[in-house]
Amino acid sequence: MYKLSLEFSKLDKKLREKALKAVDKKALYGEDVDLDRYGEGEKDLSSITNLNELDENERKALTDVGIQEENRSGSYLQFDNSVLLELQIQEGIEVMSIFKALEKYDWLKDYWWNAVAVDQDKFTAYSQLHEPMGYFIRAKPYIKSEFPVQSCLYIKSGGTVQNVHNIIVAEEGSELDVITGCAVGEKTEDALHIGISEFFVKRDATLSFTMIHSWGEGVAVRPRSAAIIEENGTFFSNYVNMRRTKSIQMYPTAYCVGKNSMARYSTVMVAREGSKIDIGSRSVLKAEGSKTEMISRAIGLGGEAYIRGDIEGEAEDVKGHLECRGLMLKDEGFIFSIPELKASLQNLDLSHEAAIGKIAEDEIFYLMTRGLSAEEATAAIVRGFLNVETKGLPKALDEEMRKTIEASLSSML
Amino acid sequence: MGRSIYSSMLEVKDLEVIVGGRKILDGVNLRIDPGETCVLLGPNGSGKSTLLQAIVGNPTYQITGTIFFKGEDITQMPTNERIKRGLGISFQHPPAVRGVKLLDVMEEMHGDGEKIEEMAERMGLGDFLERDLNLGFSGGELKRSEMVQLLTLQPDLVLLDEPDSGVDVENLELIGEVINEILKRSSKPRFRNRSGLIITHMGSIMQYVKPDKGFVMLDGKIVCSGKPEELINQIKKNGYEGCMKCIN
Repeated sequence: MYKLSLEFSKLDKKLREKALKAVDKKALYGEDVDLDRYGEGEKDLSSITNLNELDENERKALTDVGIQEENRSGSYLQFDNSVLLELQIQEGIEVMSIFKALEKYDWLKDYWWNAVAVDQDKFTAYSQLHEPMGYFIRAKPYIKSEFPVQSCLYIKSGGTVQNVHNIIVAEEGSELDVITGCAVGEKTEDALHIGISEFFVKRDATLSFTMIHSWGEGVAVRPRSAAIIEENGTFFSNYVNMRRTKSIQMYPTAYCVGKNSMARYSTVMVAREGSKIDIGSRSVLKAEGSKTEMISRAIGLGGEAYIRGDIEGEAEDVKGHLECRGLMLKDEGFIFSIPELKASLQNLDLSHEAAIGKIAEDEIFYLMTRGLSAEEATAAIVRGFLNVETKGLPKALDEEMRKTIEASLSSML
Repeated sequence: MGRSIYSSMLEVKDLEVIVGGRKILDGVNLRIDPGETCVLLGPNGSGKSTLLQAIVGNPTYQITGTIFFKGEDITQMPTNERIKRGLGISFQHPPAVRGVKLLDVMEEMHGDGEKIEEMAERMGLGDFLERDLNLGFSGGELKRSEMVQLLTLQPDLVLLDEPDSGVDVENLELIGEVINEILKRSSKPRFRNRSGLIITHMGSIMQYVKPDKGFVMLDGKIVCSGKPEELINQIKKNGYEGCMKCIN
């Protein structure tokens, strides 16, 4: 473990006090999780130099969530609470473990718990009080990532709480693409992932963050993330979860604090039997001319899905639109769509649309008259439903999202 | 008519169709020869669209009777199998299919990419290939989209449900041209091997496509057949009430 600077220790003390007050504070949404049930898993796994050193099952799990050897501008790999790989490839793009970064950059302490509140709930409190590991990714000013930077959070040991705290910074005028893949070992039952992610999108910068979740049926997942977007900055958040997962609850927030800043979310999820999924997207439009768009798609396959969306307009001339669509493929489980808009002045434009339905028989018949079998027609409609437009995403990541969706399609029909 | 290894393109025998508990077709008998194009006339609600959709196998229909296509009994066959054997249909009101692009279905019908683009351009749909199928299309665009799909499919028997309804003169001319092309109407009759069954309400498509035969449908039965021009003139003069009087 890296040593903390004296100043950071002081900050740490204050944060500690705040966190201690929140250790029993239940999250606003999602089922409660008993944190005492989990241990800390592996903290000292030895590091690797490339992905081939992993065993075959692990490699496959990583490939499935978009982690690969080629065409990446940097890599970070964390198993349980050990850092296995921290690799910087492109000049001007930094990728390292968060504690290395905190040691290297004194200014980074100002970012630590700046976007997310340490006392938000018991999960943020736990994270601060239990030595989190995590990554720091930063594009220096005016640097454009040639390839996406990848990070992977993998839970190897059962009974583990993986405690992650990440900071991602796109400096002024930079363009940074990040893909994060989350997966578990085949035999990993009963684990918890806590992931604090704080995004900082500086003036004129663009940051795209694509997250592919592939947790297992025994894993509870509680990400806590927020982005602060400055003038003319753009933040894209893309999320896919197609696997059965015990429970996921997250409500990432984008604060558009700079003039003409923009946040865009695309969220795709499947609620399989036994899954409790509660996923929202929130944008707080705090500066003149800031904009947000949110698109969510949920498939009901016997599990429980809450799709939340919230846009808060707090400045002149802001614009936001929220779209939630659900498709029920089973008579069990539910999809609960909860869009919310809040306006606190006159000159703004916020809207939402929500719809939940089934696959229409006349559409299947129509496609069959074009030569598709009933199964192919159903698959085409489900695929079309899930293939949300991912504006601003590099082609490779867009393909990665589609690949993930495609891979799980047959298991849905 | 055209020479063919099968004596009839389509033969419908004693077809009864129940939709949502209501009997819509009540003993339809119909034969179309290879190379022959027929129009199907009849008032709203007489069962014309139901007949076309029964021929391609709408799965929500309860059916008795038999449908032979090119000599093969297709009555129980899934729709896509019928399409593979050479049936094609254009709908009067095609549904919008969100998330499935026009290009996707055209590719599915085995057209090669360049040709698809060429055909779409010709039908004024060059910008529509990447759009969701029928979503937000205007009336004329829907008809042209159905036509471009049939052009890709190149079926042996084309079923057209009111290709002329809600279409302006220019679109009608283009649609007529494409129908003639698919049906190879410019070939001499004995070389024609494609057949068509066209539902038309007021016969406006007949300015461009000259059918060989006409049928009149009333209350789920085909009650009359004859020369298309004569039938349409009679109907224009005396209405379908005239037909009812004539058959009774």
